[in-house]
Amino acid sequence: MEHDRLVRTMEAILGPEGVISEREQLRSYECDGLMNYRVIPELVVLPETAEHVQQIVKLCYDEGIPFVARGSGTGLSGGALPVESGVLIVLSRMRKILEVDIPNQRVVVEPGVLNMWVTNEVAEHGYYYAPDPASQLISSIGGNLAENSGGVHCLKYGFTTNHVMGAEIVLPDGTMVNVGGGKAPDAPGYELLGAFVGSEGTLGIATKITLRIVRKPESVRTLLAAFKDTEEAGGAVSGIIGAGIVPAAIEMMDSLCIEAVETAVHPGFPQAGAILIVELDGPKAEVESQFEQTVRICEENNASEIRIAEDDTERALFWKGRKASFAAMGRISNDYYVQDSVVPRTELGKVLKRISEIGEEHGMRVANVFHAGDGNLHPLVLYDNNVPGEAERAEDVAGEIVLTCLEHGGSLTGEHGIGVDKKKYMPKMFATEDLDTFQLLRCAFDPHQICNPGKVLPTPRLCGERPGPFRMHPVQKAGLAENF
Amino acid sequence: MDTRTKNVSLEDLQRIVGAEHAREATPEDAVDGVEPAFVAEPGSVEETSELLRLASGEGLTVAPRGGGTKMALGNPPRELDLILSTTRMNEVIEYVPGDQVVRVQAGLRLQELQDLLAGSDQMLGVDPPEEGATIGGVVAANSTGPRRYRYGTIRDLIIGIKIVLSDGTVAKAGGKVVKNVAGYDLSKLFTGSLGTLGVIAECNFRLHPKPETGRTVAVELSSPAAANGAAQAILHSQLVPSAVELHWREDVRLLTVLIEGIEPSVEAQVETASHLLGGFGEVRELTEEEAGTLGPLAPPGAADEVAIKISTPPAELAGVLSSVLGTTERGGVTAQTTAHAGNGVAYVGLSGGEEEARVQIVEELREIWTRRGGSVVVREAPVTFKERVEVWGPLGSRLELSRRVKEKFDPRGTLNPGRFVGGI
Ligand SMILES: Cc1cc2nc3c(=O)[nH]c(=O)nc-3n(C[C@H](O)[C@H](O)[C@H](O)COP(=O)(O)OP(=O)(O)OC[C@H]3O[C@@H](n4cnc5c(N)ncnc54)[C@H](O)[C@@H]3O)c2cc1C
Repeated sequence: MEHDRLVRTMEAILGPEGVISEREQLRSYECDGLMNYRVIPELVVLPETAEHVQQIVKLCYDEGIPFVARGSGTGLSGGALPVESGVLIVLSRMRKILEVDIPNQRVVVEPGVLNMWVTNEVAEHGYYYAPDPASQLISSIGGNLAENSGGVHCLKYGFTTNHVMGAEIVLPDGTMVNVGGGKAPDAPGYELLGAFVGSEGTLGIATKITLRIVRKPESVRTLLAAFKDTEEAGGAVSGIIGAGIVPAAIEMMDSLCIEAVETAVHPGFPQAGAILIVELDGPKAEVESQFEQTVRICEENNASEIRIAEDDTERALFWKGRKASFAAMGRISNDYYVQDSVVPRTELGKVLKRISEIGEEHGMRVANVFHAGDGNLHPLVLYDNNVPGEAERAEDVAGEIVLTCLEHGGSLTGEHGIGVDKKKYMPKMFATEDLDTFQLLRCAFDPHQICNPGKVLPTPRLCGERPGPFRMHPVQKAGLAENF
Repeated sequence: MDTRTKNVSLEDLQRIVGAEHAREATPEDAVDGVEPAFVAEPGSVEETSELLRLASGEGLTVAPRGGGTKMALGNPPRELDLILSTTRMNEVIEYVPGDQVVRVQAGLRLQELQDLLAGSDQMLGVDPPEEGATIGGVVAANSTGPRRYRYGTIRDLIIGIKIVLSDGTVAKAGGKVVKNVAGYDLSKLFTGSLGTLGVIAECNFRLHPKPETGRTVAVELSSPAAANGAAQAILHSQLVPSAVELHWREDVRLLTVLIEGIEPSVEAQVETASHLLGGFGEVRELTEEEAGTLGPLAPPGAADEVAIKISTPPAELAGVLSSVLGTTERGGVTAQTTAHAGNGVAYVGLSGGEEEARVQIVEELREIWTRRGGSVVVREAPVTFKERVEVWGPLGSRLELSRRVKEKFDPRGTLNPGRFVGGI
């Protein structure tokens, strides 16, 4: 469809204020939180209702125009990167909390609602929304759902996928379906909701989302423990988990990260090779007893100092230091590259050692801050963009780190997603058959491949192909690819 | 002997799995009265793949089978030629207690896995009542038990899967780390897919520490309203029970709360729970023996002629009970209800009375609860009943998309044709 006609048709649906087509204005949407990829879309549209979304998508389907959904644009893998000559559907005007149902412990929201608003809305009833990405003040529930976002408290309470109970979705052909039971559990049929969550905007657009909320725990205790190095801190982590304790959160920072945070937000952290922040919550008697045990385990692992948060203010200070760690890197380095990968917890020690070797081999500094309980690492590769070649070297280091994680039985990403950033690594984690099988799901939802094309899967394929009666799967015939 | 079904002979199957692992079917292998021709037990993923490639190539229809405990679930098969039994694939592939993750083959029995994990004071947080269920069966049928209140259902615990599609493709998704967002979450798609998308060959799960001790508090109920009141009181408290169960039949009307954990915490929570429940009837603690037969872990009335599952928003408990009591009384049918009261899931066994009356009851309940955002699924029933009442109920807007998913994964309709929603 020719540009002017497209603009006019969209304006007829959304009104002139719902359509952005000026190049200068389009620029503010050219990237998400991953700023090294930029594409200016043909058009940005700002729907206000699910019907708007449906009409926009239907138009795109009929005209064969690719589209990309965008929530708050904080994604770190380029998931909301626009496609050229495509439409960017920005959901930030769909921000109503539609229903709060305390008896059933559910909240129904529009996709643009910010994560933190849900907790704010139900706090007076003693409830909260458990998934807590560090971006929770700015990221949207729709984006959280699409990325299956996690946070520091997800070790105990689960990720976004464990808290989304239902969604209204506009499919890439413009039809609207409800997946998941919503307020009732166990809707009969395929678990389409589970497949949709974490699909990075490639299977359709969520226009209404039903969330589960969780009762605030009776008791919360938090400690901060300092260790000689990450190995001893790691020993404490294994000790705590091995004792059958499920902490609400267990986070580790290494010395470089501590230094940066100290310079940036002055939380007064001890000078140490590594610190752990451990939080326990739940029934009082359980927390009290297990907290004592946790302190003992830290001592047994040679903690040089243990601080216990006496109240919410002190607890907030511990967390302020932790949550500021990405931003704080700016204080000790011009630029940094955030990696997000996962290893089995028991491999942490070996992998951390290898990461520091990789850094040394390339002459780069790598700071580590991570969710120690579930082995989700966030190595921060520090570099200076003004030094020619450093940005590329940083990317190489980040790439080597992620491959190391795979070698140790881990994953390419624990929470930031594949997007455009990591799709080239997908064949390292998945065999061709696996990727082809992912493609089957995508084709069931999006046969014309107009929904966030070019993301997640490394090589786009057509959907029409179907194995005939006697044909071997092409991949098998070629005898390709090992499963691991 | 040369019996051929659609051009496939027993020998063809035996060539793949070995002579002793393929046989002709017997009447015991029938599914809802439909008798297959063969039963084959592959010993590996490769054999499974070869079998499926042969079957789909020759147009044989296949029903995957694990422990066989849930073969009554679903509409009667449209066709059935081959039962593919997973029970020889029963190994634990990898278990690192420090990672609290396990990788197993699908034919392993859940109980065997739990016994192994208990050696490291760990467990898989599901407790479906069926004895002899395999891991693959639990995943495919999405079987749940009382502890779902605390640990969620198998979809919340599965972190990786290996599947064999009907064309023989072996594919995997997820991995062996708890936190992982690389690729689509096919583990969840396959959960509850009842063998219609592919054969589940391996599963990876996250594990939980096994609670040190547990106690069960129960309250005697006088009315459906009291049941709902008691359940709500527990739900909105700061207790962390493992299960909140309702038992309602002629001689028993109890809401039970299972509290597990470390001793001091269980002690304190039992006290709080007793206090909270006290407002709704007489409270007592169940002995372990009583809890075993009555309490949260008692299986839903197994011998009943028709077993249904009603899913609703959890706060509708009183309404669910009243609707069951009302319709069954009018129909002259006896109802036994066991509910995961904290989750909004009720299992109702219907016995006695005429089949016509039972049909009426299920249709009436389905009409009421579908309208109110829930569902009514027939879990077990004689074929005569299933011929009159569709097992799954209406699927609404999801049906078309579900068909498209099936079409992509199993385009020739090889796997379990007709058994699933909308005749998939
Ligand atoms: C400082 C900072 C800290 C962060 N911390 C964390 C963290 O702790 N944990 C974590 O998991 N992530 C974290 N992130 C990443 C990011 O915040 C999350 O991925 C978040 O969920 C993205 O939400 P968004 O609204 O910004 O989505 P966007 O970036 O706008 O979009 C993300 C993806 O979702 C799709 N999408 C958006 N809305 C919809 C919809 N309604 N329907 C379908 N698809 C949709 C988009 O197409 C895109 O693929 C952080 C990011 C920053 C900048």
